[in-house]
Amino acid sequence: MTDPTPALSARRPSRRLGRQGLVQLLLLALLLALPVAADLTGHPYYVTLASRLTLIAMAAVGLNLALGYGGMISFGHAAYFGLGGYVAGIGAFHAFDMTPFLGGIPGSDNLLVLWPIAMLACGLLALAIGAVSLRTSGVYFIMITLAFAQMVYYFANSWPTYGGQDGLPIYLRNQLPGLDTQEPLTFFLICFVGLVLAMALTSRLMGSRFGAALTMARLNDTRLATAGISPTPIRLVAFVISAMITGLAGALYADLNGFVSPSMLSWHLSGELMVIVILGGVGRLYGPLVGAALFIGMETLLGGLTEYWQLFLGLTLLGVVLFARQGVMGWLAGREPHA
Amino acid sequence: MSATLLLEQLINGLQLGTMLFLMASGLTLVFGVMGLINLAHGAFYMVGAYLTAAVTAASGSFLLGLAAGLSGAAAVGAVVELVVIRRLYHRPHLDQVLATFALILIFSEGTRWLFGSSPLWLNTPEWLAGHVPLPGGARYPLYRLVIIGVGIAVAVGLWWLITRTRLGMRVRAGESDREMIGALGIDISRLYTAVFALGAGLAGLAGALVGALQSVQVGMGEPVLILAFVVIVIGGIGSIKGALLGAVLVGVVDTLGRVFLPLAFRAVLPPAEATDVGAALASMLIYILMAVILAFKPRGLFAAHD
Amino acid sequence: MPEAVLALEGLHKRFGALAATDDVSLTLRPGEIHALIGPNGAGKSTLIAQIAGSLRPDAGRVLLGGVDVTGESVAARARRGLGRSFQVSSLAEPLPAIRNVMIAVQALAGHSFRFWKPVARDPRLVEPAMAALERMGLGHRAATPVAELSHGERRALEVACALALRPRVLLLDEPMAGLGPEGSAHLTELLERLKAEVPILLIEHDMEAVFRLAERISVLVAGRIIAHGDGDTIRRDPQVRDAYLGD
Repeated sequence: MTDPTPALSARRPSRRLGRQGLVQLLLLALLLALPVAADLTGHPYYVTLASRLTLIAMAAVGLNLALGYGGMISFGHAAYFGLGGYVAGIGAFHAFDMTPFLGGIPGSDNLLVLWPIAMLACGLLALAIGAVSLRTSGVYFIMITLAFAQMVYYFANSWPTYGGQDGLPIYLRNQLPGLDTQEPLTFFLICFVGLVLAMALTSRLMGSRFGAALTMARLNDTRLATAGISPTPIRLVAFVISAMITGLAGALYADLNGFVSPSMLSWHLSGELMVIVILGGVGRLYGPLVGAALFIGMETLLGGLTEYWQLFLGLTLLGVVLFARQGVMGWLAGREPHA
Repeated sequence: MSATLLLEQLINGLQLGTMLFLMASGLTLVFGVMGLINLAHGAFYMVGAYLTAAVTAASGSFLLGLAAGLSGAAAVGAVVELVVIRRLYHRPHLDQVLATFALILIFSEGTRWLFGSSPLWLNTPEWLAGHVPLPGGARYPLYRLVIIGVGIAVAVGLWWLITRTRLGMRVRAGESDREMIGALGIDISRLYTAVFALGAGLAGLAGALVGALQSVQVGMGEPVLILAFVVIVIGGIGSIKGALLGAVLVGVVDTLGRVFLPLAFRAVLPPAEATDVGAALASMLIYILMAVILAFKPRGLFAAHD
Repeated sequence: MPEAVLALEGLHKRFGALAATDDVSLTLRPGEIHALIGPNGAGKSTLIAQIAGSLRPDAGRVLLGGVDVTGESVAARARRGLGRSFQVSSLAEPLPAIRNVMIAVQALAGHSFRFWKPVARDPRLVEPAMAALERMGLGHRAATPVAELSHGERRALEVACALALRPRVLLLDEPMAGLGPEGSAHLTELLERLKAEVPILLIEHDMEAVFRLAERISVLVAGRIIAHGDGDTIRRDPQVRDAYLGD
């Protein structure tokens, strides 16, 4: 038998891989270098902006796993982003207040406690929502994920203990042992590590057996079932992991802003996360980062010029969808090598 | 719990259901005939409300305003279909979602640009401002009853249109067999523009009618749009009958839940907590209803389509 | 007589007033090719869907290796050893040929909830997939995306995917469709060699291939099996000549 390995790697022309790899490395280096430079020159605002960009990108990395790699068009990922945020907020609230949560659980401001709880909570919510939504497909799936996220939104709005529609402040950023999380650059670096880990996890996942099954579920689920693998459990697990990544980003986001409110659960945010994934390039590892950079860039630049910057966001998005479906990563890095 | 309160809330629920039906019927028609998911449907609702408020304020005539809202929304719908939507029919749902999400941003910000951020107000015209006595001694606002009447008229009109007219025959042909109607030489693109404009007009009518009950503001169409999604998911996407049933179900369950759940919890909890828990649960009620229906019927009650 | 590896017992399926499958029973024995033929609209697709598990019969049973699988999903039946190919090829177009085969090997090699080890260099997936490709003469096309394969290569790839499952039964739905005479002859040879290993239920329009390959033939017309037997019996059956071969 011939050795299949050279034949397989022949599908990844080294020129393209090289170009894509170079672009990716450059992007990460930029994301790391700019806030460090801003911190050194005494512009903490830009450090915070970079943290925001990083977390939005991380939330979109989560969505990309479901939407880009799994082909599940979730229009409700704000639910996990917001729930993650509320876990951070509620933990801090009870730690600050010294009151127990649900009558017995003490609050905590330790991020090593809050992060796993945020991810667990989001995973469970996604398991419930996914189990119902994945019974359907196509347009039904889009509308149902949207509707369930809206349910969580209204619940947060009408539940007064944690501020209802006014939201919940986090007076002191939650703590990580041995680090000063109040320091903007330190907090940025935490976010940066989170983003890189999320991307590394996605990459590893998609190269694994699970990733192969998920890819086949997206491209041709009849083929997957005929091969003896049921598509729905594969999709459900991907959906749950996707929600957990987005939820962790949300927990960090609440700490970054010192505030969590129902707006983190709003359907607008779900839509924006989708827009970011698309702008960057669907199903590409670095697409969410590029999309987030574009989104935050437009918001900062256009938002400084006009109050109506979202009008231009809408026009840009319309243009991209109608005429440039490969997204910006497609333009920067060439066609995706299918491995 | 008195019978009068129950009756009053039932009519309130019916009125909400009417609005939802006006929204949902357009959405479900557009999906059924063209296979398009349109997030920007709420924008036509907003356009209808703004046009009605502006024209009523300028002319002093609510009826003129209403006509402007309905026809204006339909005209805007036709233009949007010609410029953007028809490029999306053969695209994947993801593209449709994104492009119509982009339309929401454009419409919302465009309206804010034109009319400013503060809401407009539209009063119920005097000749509709009265009350009607209900059995049991309560009085019910005439205007809300008129809205229900309009909804019933639209439902009958749609039924007539779809089952008795040539346009309706084409629509039904489109639902069952798109190739066939192309083969028959029916001008499919004109049909699609007409159906889209009809849906937009109905959404505009809903916005115009509600404008006199609430403030007219940017983003007013979005909560209604999402409720309309719940309605058509429950009813079965593509089915007008399903939209009608789903709309009434959602309207009544939502309205009754908001009133009676807090009351019900008072039986087991202290009043303040009962109100909180009841209100929070009531806000989730229709979504739970949707989940339960989907658990048994993943394609909705009257699925017309795959 | 050896026990049937696949048995259909009194399958019924109605769509409204139409009886798409009307009391169909048949068996597939080890080492044989059993061909199912019938004119268009005879209900072959509906029957295949019930065997594969994408459609539930209204009545009757499907037995795989003596086990009743009537209530089982497509994936569960595949794990029990039912390999199938599709009339219209059902492959992941953007992926290389070998990836389409590897997914079948993967199912055989245990569950798919393995999140870490890369598949691209996993010999337990790559080697059996390569072997299946080579049996179908596709070894040199392993890395080519399906979208770039010829029609004939796709048909062969379909069979390779089914083979990679190491099936106990092969269900081939018009594998010759669209192949030229040369392609048909080539595939016929391949199937002839294959049948000693895996019994095949063959749904096929190409009569030459059917009469050459099949030990037994069943003729489906309007949802019913109107004739059953070896090639000569079928050729001589007046009902078949009337309903099918005569036209």
